[in-house]
Amino acid sequence: MKPVAFAYYRPQSLAEAVRMLREHPGSKPIAGGQSLIPLLNFRMARPEALVDLNRIPGLDEVEVRGQRLRIGGLVRHQQLHEHPLVRQHWPVLAQAAGEVGHWAIRNRGTLGGSLAHADPAAELPAVMVAADAVFELVSADGVRQVPAREFFYGYLMTALQPDEVLAAVELPLASGTSWGFAEVARRPGDFALAGAICECRPDGTGAVTWFAVGGGPERHELVVAADANERAAQWQDLAATLDAQDDYRRHLAAVVAETAYLRSLGRDGQ
Amino acid sequence: MSQAEARQTQRVVLQVNGQRHELDVEPRWLLADVLRHQLGLTATHVGCEQGVCGACTVLVDGKPERSCLMLAVQAEGCEVTTVEGLTPAAGLSPLQAAFQQHHALQCGFCTPGILVTMEALLRENPHPDEATVREALSGNVCRCTGYQFIVDAVLAAAKEGR
Repeated sequence: MKPVAFAYYRPQSLAEAVRMLREHPGSKPIAGGQSLIPLLNFRMARPEALVDLNRIPGLDEVEVRGQRLRIGGLVRHQQLHEHPLVRQHWPVLAQAAGEVGHWAIRNRGTLGGSLAHADPAAELPAVMVAADAVFELVSADGVRQVPAREFFYGYLMTALQPDEVLAAVELPLASGTSWGFAEVARRPGDFALAGAICECRPDGTGAVTWFAVGGGPERHELVVAADANERAAQWQDLAATLDAQDDYRRHLAAVVAETAYLRSLGRDGQ
Repeated sequence: MSQAEARQTQRVVLQVNGQRHELDVEPRWLLADVLRHQLGLTATHVGCEQGVCGACTVLVDGKPERSCLMLAVQAEGCEVTTVEGLTPAAGLSPLQAAFQQHHALQCGFCTPGILVTMEALLRENPHPDEATVREALSGNVCRCTGYQFIVDAVLAAAKEGR
């Protein structure tokens, strides 16, 4: 199918963009469009107008600011995957970005778009929750900071208001925590059936953040057992609490958690 | 915004295969459809319209992107390259010739998207290993030949320096 008719605006600044979103009820921001345009093509989304963020300068920057890594909302997945600052400070984010869709999708899809869309199977929202990132949401009223852990409500639902733009994210610079990432998909580039990010701190505490299992990223703190059998029981017990659609997903949740854990130790899970 | 207003066309300037085109397009028209219907560049195929199959892949500023997941109005100011733009005036490009030699196509529906993707890969990485070719190819669905001959053709083209 083809999209319904809509008006199209191409603001040259963030201020102009949020003013347009406020002035045109039923309008929607578009960045990479790799989730939104399929919805338009299927007519599941029928916006009155699109406000195109792609030409706004300054939204595609990556920089270290103080003790935080700041990433603009318009940074493309492939840039995120390859960027030296991301690879240096948040290698698990660079790795996760490389698992988003296929090369042609990663060349256009954006970080801000993926977070705003909040697909349950998306990698990047889970990394943001695991990393305790803070999102910068901009509207005509000004800027507000929302922690990633308060941003995702569930399936495709977030704290982002219709007249707001997710302009940037900030991640704390890593501090001795080791990270591992794993996901299972039927074919490379498909939506994940289950995925996990595992964090292990030097004091033995850690956490696992799952995605694609329930309606959004789910993070659980735990002291990960060193014994493999005990650990398997830990993953199974935690996975049993997940709002998964079936037991197979819970089984996969335990599998990816273990793989992510082994990778966080520098051991390659199979 | 009434439907009548939204359906008004906008004048855009598109740069496709090195040629400048001034066109009137509705904002909702996909780049893939404008390439095919307005410009007659029908080698770019439209398969799934959801970014999965890869048949509509074109180069936007040298990078493979889905022309079914981009509005034509958004391509303004970008250099768009379709498989027509990668084909010499006479004969075949070395990559195309390798596809022919290695029987890397059957019905041909997926071939244009695969050719532009592999062309971009070889420009970025002139000597990819097989795993790299397969990873780059994973975004393009072929339903008749299987992928082995396609991989063979790309590796052969890389070996011959295209």
